[in-house]
Amino acid sequence: MEQVELANKNDIVMDIVNVTLRFGGVKALSHVSFNIKRGEIRAIIGPNGAGKSSMLNVINGFYTPQEGEIWFEGKRRPRLKPHQIAYQRIARTFQNIALFEGMTVLDNMMTGRMIYMKSGLLSQLAWWGKAEREETENRLVVEKIIDFLEIQAIRKTPVGVLPYGLQKRVELGRALAAEPLLLLLDEPMAGMNNEEKEDMCRFILDVNEELGTTIALIEHDMGVVMDLADRVVVIDHGEKIADGQPDEVRNDQNVIDAYLGVSH
Amino acid sequence: MTTEVSFTIPELLDRNAQEYGDQIANREKEYGIWQSWTWKEVQNQVEEIALGYLALGIKEGEHIAVLGRNRPKLYWSMIAAQRIGAVPVPIYQDAVGDEIGYVLGHCEAALAVAGDQEQVDKILEQQEKCKSLKQIIYLDPRGLRNYDHSNLHSFMSFHDSLDENRKKYGNELQARQEKISPEKICVILYTSGTTGNPKGVVLSHANIVSASRDSSRFDSLSQKETVLAYLPMAWVGDFIFSIGQAYWNGFCVNCPESSQTMMHDLREIGPSYFFAPPRVFESLLTTSMIRIEDAGKIKRSMFQYFMNHARKVGVPIMTGEKVSSIESIIYRIGEILVYGPLRNVLGLSRVRVGYTAGEAIGPEIFDFYRSIGINLKQLYGQTEASVFITSQPDGEVEADTVGIPGPGVELRIDDQGEIFYRSPGTFIEYYKNPEATNSTKDKDGWVATGDAGFIDESNGHLKIIDRAKDVGKMANGKLFAPKYVENKLKFFPDVLETVVFGNNREYCTAMVNIDLVSVGNWAERNNVVYSSYQELAGHPEVYKIIQNYVGQVNEDLAGDEQLSGCIVKRFLVLHKELDADDGELTRTRKVRRRVIEDKYSDLVTALYDGNNEVHTTSEVTYEDGRKGSISATLRIMDA
Repeated sequence: MEQVELANKNDIVMDIVNVTLRFGGVKALSHVSFNIKRGEIRAIIGPNGAGKSSMLNVINGFYTPQEGEIWFEGKRRPRLKPHQIAYQRIARTFQNIALFEGMTVLDNMMTGRMIYMKSGLLSQLAWWGKAEREETENRLVVEKIIDFLEIQAIRKTPVGVLPYGLQKRVELGRALAAEPLLLLLDEPMAGMNNEEKEDMCRFILDVNEELGTTIALIEHDMGVVMDLADRVVVIDHGEKIADGQPDEVRNDQNVIDAYLGVSH
Repeated sequence: MTTEVSFTIPELLDRNAQEYGDQIANREKEYGIWQSWTWKEVQNQVEEIALGYLALGIKEGEHIAVLGRNRPKLYWSMIAAQRIGAVPVPIYQDAVGDEIGYVLGHCEAALAVAGDQEQVDKILEQQEKCKSLKQIIYLDPRGLRNYDHSNLHSFMSFHDSLDENRKKYGNELQARQEKISPEKICVILYTSGTTGNPKGVVLSHANIVSASRDSSRFDSLSQKETVLAYLPMAWVGDFIFSIGQAYWNGFCVNCPESSQTMMHDLREIGPSYFFAPPRVFESLLTTSMIRIEDAGKIKRSMFQYFMNHARKVGVPIMTGEKVSSIESIIYRIGEILVYGPLRNVLGLSRVRVGYTAGEAIGPEIFDFYRSIGINLKQLYGQTEASVFITSQPDGEVEADTVGIPGPGVELRIDDQGEIFYRSPGTFIEYYKNPEATNSTKDKDGWVATGDAGFIDESNGHLKIIDRAKDVGKMANGKLFAPKYVENKLKFFPDVLETVVFGNNREYCTAMVNIDLVSVGNWAERNNVVYSSYQELAGHPEVYKIIQNYVGQVNEDLAGDEQLSGCIVKRFLVLHKELDADDGELTRTRKVRRRVIEDKYSDLVTALYDGNNEVHTTSEVTYEDGRKGSISATLRIMDA
């Protein structure tokens, strides 16, 4: 049981063992295994339709694979109910932004703290005692993130009117507000201009270095991946075809073939 | 001369801690909440930093560079420097590496205090040029975790070793404090000037304190004032308002959360005493005009009606002149519906005394603020004078004068029309530059300002014509006063900056910078598509708009006997914003005319050779000091 030992080790946040995911007859993932170490930036890359987003959904528990095991924080994870998914402290951002457009930046980020608020409906309505205390504590956490992401100026702005790049940053902020053990970023740079990309890269690195957050990200922009990631796993046709340091992966013949195509 | 002062800034701090111990001295918005420090707490903080300096081995007379945005701790780090007999040298935080390197090297700083990682990076990059610089202290630890900390210290380390430092260096601090006297150097401020390398203006405690005292009396400032510190700390204006006058009166200085939140914070604080260069008033005006453009029809017409009314009677009402009772009633209705809310949005509701200085403000902009009931006044000053030369007393405010000499200031105008002054605030010297000192200040203490002006015989007010160097003659002998024309053009919110040429030439021409916020808003409303600043600037519709503005200005000029020579015949819209990083503006955002004329000589030629198009390539400097270039084909249009 070598895998069990490995998963128990404290420096592995998540261990994915031999995972296969099927949608009816379609095999989205087949026998994929890799792990995510504490404090690293782990990139998952691959051509379109390779199964990256499925992988992310498996990681956060939204999909349950038909085969294989997921070890999270040293424990084997059973099938989760939706509310349990929210409480396991894996936060994510989405490929297409999923914020509450009519709400302010601050309110959006406060929703990330939802899992930490325990006061009942009545005391929340009266905003008295525990509810008030709780909100103050949680607001401080959110304010620190606002400061960290340099979005003080838009604190009270409704999200819908913000430019795309800023919305992405707010979404990152909301995910951080949950103080995640593992942060999943689904194409954080998609649709951004160069300047926005540079900003986002800096924030991802800062989150990783300053807050020590473990990050798994899917990204298309190879330049970005090579700069950011500590380790890269490459998926193609639902199978893992390479895994390692960015440099190793870049020179891997399988990866080059997968991206450029190969004549058979 | 008025009476000598017997205070230094650190002594004023001690006095305030004793007299106003529990009153708020500083506020800073952090994590969305205004955090505050009383004078007593400030005194303790300053002691902590001063002891930290001693522990780092800073000697008397050594220089401590301060680099960062307005934050209480950085202000305290300057007072702490004075406390141990060292000299603070604030540097513009948005300066590019080379400029910072020059100042660090020239003042031979022994220690640099940096606000955050960005500033630390710039200093480390320039360390080559400043061999004397041994240590750096930083405030915001973000991103600095993995830096080599052998010569890099956090402010927190001062706090952590406070008890130990107090034991070891307490006596030394006491001894150093006793040696500070009013004639010792208080600060060195580097002014970029419109030409050449920056010069370090050396000001004594006596300079700063007497200028602060006299100006406070002039406007009866009190301990109750509230100000917002948002202008660069390296600018003499900020040093006087946020340190000099604040410490003299003991009033509260508030620091915004970040540079982008300034407008918001301004509104929350509601300063009673407000100071800004014309640029800030221009951009405040632009922002509110854009919002009016976006407002509904009713609001818009209401705004227009009452603003027209205010333009007519607002200023007379403010100065106490008689207006008809109907006009006065309409003004009062406007006060409820428009002026009051507008002042509130601008964050200027509580302003008792407002000043604009730094350069001439367009009369239209000036009157706009006064007409909605803001007591905005002008003053004329320089770093070399610890700001104050002349200022306008309440009730004697006009758009085209800069007021009467302040208390203790003597004024003289020579045959060429150049203004000279002598005052208790007059600087000691330019640091390590006796040549410049001698050519600016004579042995009797008279200082040449480099500005041309005259005194209005009727009321004794000084009028500034222009920079003495800039005022010239057209080829036909008529007066050429570029600044005057530029200010008229800049009144239009779409015009951000403009440079007018014409000295010794047949006619005047202009380069115009559009305001991206304002023109961008117009483009959005009119479905004009553009992908870059350059494309928008070159858009034919934009040219038409600018042409219209130039036409309006020309009409005004044609009616003015003296300035009819300054009519702008041809103009172009620049493809890039004039930028201090490229040396085209000073750090206080004054146009550096000669630099622009040199750099864009091809454009100037084209403005006069009758061509309708010109291709140009110009160098741009990025924030991190790297260079790049952009090229464009610009159209030249007849006005």
